[in-house]
Amino acid sequence: MAPSAAMTAAPQSIYSDQSIRLFALAAVLWGVVGMLVGVVIAAQLTWPELNFGIPYISYGRLRPLHTNAVIFAFGGCTLFATSYHVVQRTCQARLFMPKLALFTFIGWQVVILAAAISLPMGYTQGKEYAELEWPIDLLIAVVWVSYAVVFFGTIGMRKVRHIYVANWFFGAFILAVAVLHIVNSAAIPASLWKSYSAYAGVQDAMIQWWYGHNAVGFFLTAGFLGIMYYYIPKQAERPVYSYRLSIVHFWALIFTYMWAGPHHLHYTALPDWAQSIGMIFSLVLLAPSWGGMINGIMTLSGAWHKLRDDPILKFLIVSLSFYGMSTFEGPMMSIKTVNALSHYTDWTVGHVHSGALGWVGMISMGALYHLIPRMYGKTAMYSTRAIETHFWVATVGIVLYIAAMWIAGVMQGLMWRAVNPDGTLVYTFVESVKATFPYYVVRLVGGLLYLSGMLIMAWNVVMTVRSGSAVPTAIPRVAAAHA
Amino acid sequence: MESLYLLIPLSVGLVLLILAIFGWALHGGQFEDLEREGARILQADSSGLDVGQGAAAVSAEELKDRVQSAK
Repeated sequence: MAPSAAMTAAPQSIYSDQSIRLFALAAVLWGVVGMLVGVVIAAQLTWPELNFGIPYISYGRLRPLHTNAVIFAFGGCTLFATSYHVVQRTCQARLFMPKLALFTFIGWQVVILAAAISLPMGYTQGKEYAELEWPIDLLIAVVWVSYAVVFFGTIGMRKVRHIYVANWFFGAFILAVAVLHIVNSAAIPASLWKSYSAYAGVQDAMIQWWYGHNAVGFFLTAGFLGIMYYYIPKQAERPVYSYRLSIVHFWALIFTYMWAGPHHLHYTALPDWAQSIGMIFSLVLLAPSWGGMINGIMTLSGAWHKLRDDPILKFLIVSLSFYGMSTFEGPMMSIKTVNALSHYTDWTVGHVHSGALGWVGMISMGALYHLIPRMYGKTAMYSTRAIETHFWVATVGIVLYIAAMWIAGVMQGLMWRAVNPDGTLVYTFVESVKATFPYYVVRLVGGLLYLSGMLIMAWNVVMTVRSGSAVPTAIPRVAAAHA
Repeated sequence: MESLYLLIPLSVGLVLLILAIFGWALHGGQFEDLEREGARILQADSSGLDVGQGAAAVSAEELKDRVQSAK
């Protein structure tokens, strides 16, 4: 051990975990807030009187607040926390520029607060998942470039030659989101809080959904697959089922993802051939998606009993089954004939939430349950029974939510397309709204359950942090075999 | 469809970049001995805390020194 004596004095000898702790706790807070707003707008759809005639809390303004809060605040903070954790542990290197990492934390929270103020005030670019006005967009770009510097800088400083597969997924997510954000947010400012997109008409729609679907692909899929490939093996204490397949999964996914976007524009002014390309690429994506899902789930092969005893593994594995489900459902819905029924109905909302609540939410919760105690000098959360309760409450909530939306969506699609022999419509639009009412109530109950689970998590996290302390973790000496 | 004049070159550029990175990974030895790399993240975890992989843990005094020097 003598040769490492000189190394021990170097500042690079402990991990930089402060930004991880901050992002992880912020993720839990924003999870509660974002899901609460979701429950509020679900209630508003059921009983529109809940708008109270107040513009700031009307559905149209709260809806983008909900999506931004859960995707970019809850999901984003989870991705920052886990990627800073995974890249350090797998590279056995301290974060590159830890102060810049702290800046990404502060900057990202400022973005979230600016969104929480500007969206209810009605400032929006009107682009789904890219609603924030141009000054906030600029701040996002600065934070994101800093994130890239910290992440890739740490990869560059790594002590282990091999770059673990999770880092590839995180890296692709960071790079792709930078490109998507910059291209789609290009706008001409008219005043401080008003701008016009650099693109017009169907061109703008094409750019928007190229962005929109790749945001799903890289922010909500690639990033969280990075989480999956580190935290499932760690929690299961087994290597991933086939590491070789995980590499194939990565390259196949990123080579094929970019052109699925046009499936959001079926039967619009977008040329037919562009719609068909979107549909074909969406169908191709089924293969790498399911390869990754099977690889993750089979990590437990030969140790299925762990799934019975460990609620964190339940979160992680069930999230993969929802990933498999929604990556099957997505390509099916991208088929034009299916889309003719499903588009503009609540089926789409159900699909999004089986991905968001089932895959993104549950993998995040599982990873945070693994990560947070370890950031506070413990090996387990304060209460394992509370994790178990959270798991079942959340699972029942998701099932209620997506089943209600499936039924509502198919029903709406069938009512809208029903025609009498003389060619007139059988139903008026408002009749389909009325028929949807009971399903909106069930969806609200599902959302309430999911939010309750998140509140249980928040309590458990507070108790864990209060009973633990932020202990520094030493970077282990690099073993001679791969020094 | 003027927007495709932006999106298609961008995609081609990205694919070329991905190919270049893939080539680097292939020839740089990233894909050698893959199954061992998959198992490495699980090594040296005796404390249950995630100290790292495939390397010895550090004594308490040494950790104190390191924290001091990191400040």
